[in-house]
Amino acid sequence: MPALDDTTAGLLQIGLLVVLLAAVHVPLGDFLARTLTSPRHLRAERALYRVLRVDGDADTRWPTYAVSVLAFSTVSILFLYTFLRLQRFLPLSLGMPAMEATQAWNTAVSFTANTNWQSYSGEAAVGHLVQMAGLAVQNFVSAAVGLSVAIALVRGLVRAGTGTIGNFWVDLTRSTLRVLLPMAVVAAVLLLLCGVVQNLSGATAHTTLAGGTQTVVGGPIASQEAVKLLGTNGGGFFNANSAHPFENPTPLSNLLQVFLILVIPSSLPRTFGTLVGDTRQGLAVLSVMGGIFAVSLALTTWAEVHAGGAVPQAVGAAVEGKETRFGEWASALFATATTSTSTGAVNSFHDSYTALGGGVVLFNVLLGEVTPGGVGSGLYGILVLAVIAVFVGGLMVGRTPEYLGKKIRQREITLAALYLLATPFALLSGTAIALSSEATRSALLNSGPHGLTELMYGFASAANNNGSAFAGLGANTPFYNTALGLAMWIGRFVPMVLVIALAGAFARQRPAAPTAGTLPTRTPTFAGLHATVVVVVTGLTFFPALALGPLAEALSGAAS
Amino acid sequence: MSTSTPPALRTRSGATAAAFLRQARTGLLLLLAATLVCGLLYPLALVAAGRLVPGRADGQLVRHDGRVVGSALLGQSFEGAQWFQPRPSVAGEGYDPLASGASNLGPSSAELLATVQQRRAEVAARDGVAPADVAPEALTASGSGLDPDVSPELARQQVQRVARERGLDEAAVAALVEEHVQGRQWGFLGEPRVNVLQLNLALERLAGRG
Repeated sequence: MPALDDTTAGLLQIGLLVVLLAAVHVPLGDFLARTLTSPRHLRAERALYRVLRVDGDADTRWPTYAVSVLAFSTVSILFLYTFLRLQRFLPLSLGMPAMEATQAWNTAVSFTANTNWQSYSGEAAVGHLVQMAGLAVQNFVSAAVGLSVAIALVRGLVRAGTGTIGNFWVDLTRSTLRVLLPMAVVAAVLLLLCGVVQNLSGATAHTTLAGGTQTVVGGPIASQEAVKLLGTNGGGFFNANSAHPFENPTPLSNLLQVFLILVIPSSLPRTFGTLVGDTRQGLAVLSVMGGIFAVSLALTTWAEVHAGGAVPQAVGAAVEGKETRFGEWASALFATATTSTSTGAVNSFHDSYTALGGGVVLFNVLLGEVTPGGVGSGLYGILVLAVIAVFVGGLMVGRTPEYLGKKIRQREITLAALYLLATPFALLSGTAIALSSEATRSALLNSGPHGLTELMYGFASAANNNGSAFAGLGANTPFYNTALGLAMWIGRFVPMVLVIALAGAFARQRPAAPTAGTLPTRTPTFAGLHATVVVVVTGLTFFPALALGPLAEALSGAAS
Repeated sequence: MSTSTPPALRTRSGATAAAFLRQARTGLLLLLAATLVCGLLYPLALVAAGRLVPGRADGQLVRHDGRVVGSALLGQSFEGAQWFQPRPSVAGEGYDPLASGASNLGPSSAELLATVQQRRAEVAARDGVAPADVAPEALTASGSGLDPDVSPELARQQVQRVARERGLDEAAVAALVEEHVQGRQWGFLGEPRVNVLQLNLALERLAGRG
């Protein structure tokens, strides 16, 4: 077979990904719907609920659900913080010392908030036990929390006048035990077969072929990679994340990783459609996610292949920070997937992307990661935006704003609007505070517009729980560790509580029968309005900052 | 709590605090259960499974003359003009797996631009090619700093120098490079590439024969 050109090969790679995602969309989406709403408990679950003293059949109202989420997450932060501070007394620490206090706070919040921003470097700061039993556990349960809240919101939309939205402990247990764990086992075995390392080796020094010395570190990497991607977490075992050949050795493992990132978020619209009893509602949501994703992928790929900017032009290709085995196409695909979800894993370094390519991946994060978004958070995010779209559409055509028979009244629209404001508040105020002092500005590696992008990307990544970085930002200082930790906490839990409250408000309502005055929400017209709202709301919020950062850099084209 | 708080609110916030603590206890127990299952049983079962494919699970260690010289997955430094050279690396002092990472310099960085121009001049002189013909991978650091591969162009560009330094037939070395070109996986995934450690090992064997 003759060798394919870059474009054909790149398009085939994307085509295969789409085919794989489409093949699992319906079965996985329906499996999630069944598993998360079935009245039956497994025997192991019943035993667990007895120990927890939880009534697995009890439904709760939204305040109890919210308190459970916050209580669980607070315990998680404290547990992980203690773990990180005490690691040198624990087995398999590889001699790593205790993590410094502000960095431990940052890391504990980061993994609990499903962000996986890493101000530490894996191979230099944490031993195998912390990776497995500390960080990777949060990779499971933080994703499970997101999934639980998304299902609670869907229950709110479905239920008629009950006021209850489910039981958090049951949702959390099932999401972890029945969904994430079995999928992670399959994924880890596949990654292992692709050559991802899985052992408990410490650092071993070898004499290299040319007579130098190289110290190689192994670890339980495949098991961690699987859940890092499936749970849209993104925290790498190593500093280089999925660019590291031990995490992501081949183009095939790379495609598998992109698939794992997208598989649950892209199936959740089907879960939603099935649960609300109208799969076309799910398709409408999926088309919004897919449409924006496609445009973003096309722009990023074009920008990286076209290689604009002083350095890429001087080199002849935008390959700084990219691995030879992946090249521009597989790198741009991974970058789009990781920033369109809340993953933040990287197989190439976004700081060195072209101004346009880097700007587009930043924009994906700023969109709030709803295309298709993180596990659970993507679905609840896009549904909140659907509420806004219904409201805007209702205002435009003078129809009653209602979504799936639930009226959008003052309480509902207030909660939705606060949801939209919480993250930009943490993001923009954090960026502004960091810019206002010389001491905190000096953490920037790059100067000029690129430096602003670097800083804003940091706070965007934290507040939106992405975790990828324009990694030139030297963020391991007490200020950034503390501030970004706060941004991650606010960006995760404030919107989450607002969503739970919204679920409660919907659950109290009895659905109104559709009338001639109801705006249908499963049509292409509504999907178009929905997508426009997603892009315009973000665009208006962030345009001034984007104009001074990536847009200024792309337009000037000069070195600085 | 201040004494001016109305009694009703005091009771209510007290109840909320009690509810929070009760839920926190449940949460802690559930977290411990998850730590046991997802944090220990799951990864250790996978470590055990890895023993079925030790070559892969241990990172494809490569032996030469009976000793391990590195991993086929990780690039390493090759001191001397007689070796095929990998890409520039910013992992520690170069190819240090304890310090993986990228330069993170942006597309308009003057510092990176100067580095690129310096590398172009040095590599052109090293390999005896026109500066304009130097392959892009020779001018840029990878994402991991541990990139095991170079593009086929970058390997071919070095054939003449390596053959001369080792006193080998240029055609034989060129043939060796072509043998080591890996096409795209499955014909369309990723990029064509050459693993530098494997190529240099083959070169050692060729030199040993010759």
